[in-house]
Amino acid sequence: MVQLQRAHLDASFAALSDATRRGILERLGQADASITDLAGQFRMTLTGMKKHVGVLEQAGLVTTEKVGRVRTCKLGLRRLEEEAAWIERYRQLWDARFDALDQIVEELKLKKRVDGEKKEC
Amino acid sequence: MNNPTTVERTSELELVVTRTFNGPAHIVFEAWTRPELLQRWWAPKSFGISFVSCEADVRTGGTYRFVFSHPAAEQPVAFFGRYIEVTPQSRIVWTNEEAADGPISTVTFEERDGKTLLVLRELYPSKQALDDAIASGSTGTSGAGEQFEQLDELLVTLVKP
Repeated sequence: MVQLQRAHLDASFAALSDATRRGILERLGQADASITDLAGQFRMTLTGMKKHVGVLEQAGLVTTEKVGRVRTCKLGLRRLEEEAAWIERYRQLWDARFDALDQIVEELKLKKRVDGEKKEC
Repeated sequence: MNNPTTVERTSELELVVTRTFNGPAHIVFEAWTRPELLQRWWAPKSFGISFVSCEADVRTGGTYRFVFSHPAAEQPVAFFGRYIEVTPQSRIVWTNEEAADGPISTVTFEERDGKTLLVLRELYPSKQALDDAIASGSTGTSGAGEQFEQLDELLVTLVKP
């Protein structure tokens, strides 16, 4: 999980290292936009813009959705990815708790065994 | 080797946590219901959480109040609620009232061949409530992680004119 977050951060910072891509994020912060809109505004070919948006999407900074022939871009992490990360963190919390609970179960088992032996004597 | 812990979102409203313990149900139940024992496992050190106080009157109609500190929190954080049902050695149901729309938690202990299967269900009142809990990273931990929060802050500064 830590690995996953690290990879995620690396991808994010790589995505942010480019001035055009920072510009795209700034633009999407104002309103959602299609690839065609963005290509026009940044005076770029559709292919070039698709590449930039792809990098931002990989980093989870932008999500895109195709409706008909238009692909709309918006800011934000992929929701499913966010949910999976949260669930993994939640699992780690319970796993850490239960590892500690295991120890207490062992202690109590031992104690009952000792008490049982004492009674038999 | 520890037994694995699993977590699954089984529906729009529910999360389910499972784990098997190498001991009989009455022992796992005891460790869950005696505050002096509960305190020793509920706040894992690896998460930086520690108990400030732990009150739990574990019987049907009883209440609990756990207060934790965390280095990232300025003030201690309290978690509290009521035990709706406590059936010795098999089942505990409680509310989580520190937040509006908190879940109802049900833990069951099923003994088989001297081992106990523990199943914890957290049932939220609405899909929105569970989605919000996930989005806010609540449940007593920093959720999806401080790194995402840092990234969010970075995005805000980039996006603001």
